[in-house]
Amino acid sequence: MNLVTETFSGFLSLITGLRITIKQFFSPTITTHYPHQTLPIAKKFRGHIELKWNEETGKPNCTACNICAKACPSDCIVLDGIKPAGEKGKTVTSYKLDYTLCSLCSLCVEACPFDAIQHSNRYNLASVPNQWANMDLVQRYKDQVTRVGKTPYDPYAPAPAAAPAAEPAAPAPAPTAQP
Amino acid sequence: MIESIFKFFTTEPYWTLTRSILYLVGICIFVAANAAYLVWVERKGAGRFQRRPGPTESGPWGLLQPPADGIKLLAKQLMAPPGSDKILFWAAPLMVIAPPLVCLAAIPFGNNVLARDLNIGLLMVFSFGSINVMALMLGGWASRNKYAIISAARVVSQNVAYEIPMLLVVITIIMVTGTMNLQEIIVQQAGGFWNWNILRGIWDFSGGGWGHIGGNLLAPVTFLIFYICMLAETNRAPFDMAEAESELVAGAFTEYGGMGFGVFFMAEYANIVVGCALATILFLGGWQSGLGSGFGTLLTSWGVIGTVIGVGFFFAKMYFLIFSVVWIRWTFPRTQFYGLLNLSWKILIPISLFTLLLTSVLLKLPRLF
Ligand code: SF4
Ligand code: SF4
Repeated sequence: MNLVTETFSGFLSLITGLRITIKQFFSPTITTHYPHQTLPIAKKFRGHIELKWNEETGKPNCTACNICAKACPSDCIVLDGIKPAGEKGKTVTSYKLDYTLCSLCSLCVEACPFDAIQHSNRYNLASVPNQWANMDLVQRYKDQVTRVGKTPYDPYAPAPAAAPAAEPAAPAPAPTAQP
Repeated sequence: MIESIFKFFTTEPYWTLTRSILYLVGICIFVAANAAYLVWVERKGAGRFQRRPGPTESGPWGLLQPPADGIKLLAKQLMAPPGSDKILFWAAPLMVIAPPLVCLAAIPFGNNVLARDLNIGLLMVFSFGSINVMALMLGGWASRNKYAIISAARVVSQNVAYEIPMLLVVITIIMVTGTMNLQEIIVQQAGGFWNWNILRGIWDFSGGGWGHIGGNLLAPVTFLIFYICMLAETNRAPFDMAEAESELVAGAFTEYGGMGFGVFFMAEYANIVVGCALATILFLGGWQSGLGSGFGTLLTSWGVIGTVIGVGFFFAKMYFLIFSVVWIRWTFPRTQFYGLLNLSWKILIPISLFTLLLTSVLLKLPRLF
């Protein structure tokens, strides 16, 4: 008797399973057809790092202080900066990131005292490694600024005429020696 | 010139030969197209059951996926493992694809769409169907791979276990219909769908009155048993112990690659087609519309068009069954081997024996009074 009831209830459970799957069959699919469609990436997504810039002036926040490079446990950051003509502080001129080494640990972002770097939203980076192994973040910054219709900040430009007058303390606008 | 050649081949004694060749070609195309596109159906179905779209990239709706798969398989090198029995190793895929091809010759797709009207068509289909087991056994054996041999042994015990209830069930059908001619069995199911063997067994509506019980009170159960056995015989999920790709690598096919494996794969689908066609014929009235005898006679009076519509009904039923096979595959997990054998020996065989007994008693009873 036990076998009979077991068989019967087992059979009913099979029918239930079939009913559930056929319901799925006729419901719309939820696939995003990836290369043709993409989902919006969450703001918090940790892509490789990128330079932030001042929304108004279009100038990068980075002062080439090298703190991030020192904070990085994987030594992926190599950067350089100059003191532009007629400016008080330094500005980054090259910011190289070896992304193959980066562990996306975010220590550089946390270490930066000037809030100058952030994680980007780029996720589809599949390519031959040496195409993105060394990222030039300054170039990326320039591209991004150009894309929003601003002119990227050029640290090598001669100081504007008004600038020395406003800041007499600034000495001769000679590029500083590389640190 | 062409006309005379045409006439030469379309008049007796050569017409029989031409007809056979035409059917042969037709069946080969039918099997190949089915094997290829059932894979597509399977993938699409698998996708939809999991709320994915299935293949979409190759061609519209992924329709070029099967040719792409075929080209991929053909481009691979055929390799037999060293030390294996080469002849048996390559004979196995051929032996596994041949029976469904032969079986289809006896299967009536329509009013007079069949290659050979055999009086023992049913017997032929089943005897050729059982070659499948031997071919799998050979494949496993010739691979010189202990895992393949073990898997092959598993397949044999599975197929033997399920052959018994299947044949018992078919005997019940033969007892009710009194013939092994598949066309004859279909003709007997003419009229409404209540005349189909799946229901006719309960109550023979055509006769009316007591004493006209169709013979098999458990006909729907019989159909269910046949269907389950068909799944097991064709090694389909949830009984796909032969392959079990996730657990057993590929079971008996472990050593096969390229088109060697592809042929096993195609044979699986060809066997499903044969199995579902058989289920359609034995239980669901074959090419009968099931819309009442009036519609049936109307169809026969329409000649070719009626035949085509009949074939359409046949395919509709057959492909519904095939769809249900896919449906079941993507619903149930693979059974354990004990469960599989228990199901057959402890449940299916006793029930089918019981239906057999019941049928014979019910068929004899009216004659006693
Ligand atoms: S995220 Fe971590 S590893 Fe990557 S650059 Fe920043 S500090 Fe280095
Ligand atoms: S990114 Fe920040 S920490 Fe790194 S050099 Fe620039 S200002 Fe300094």
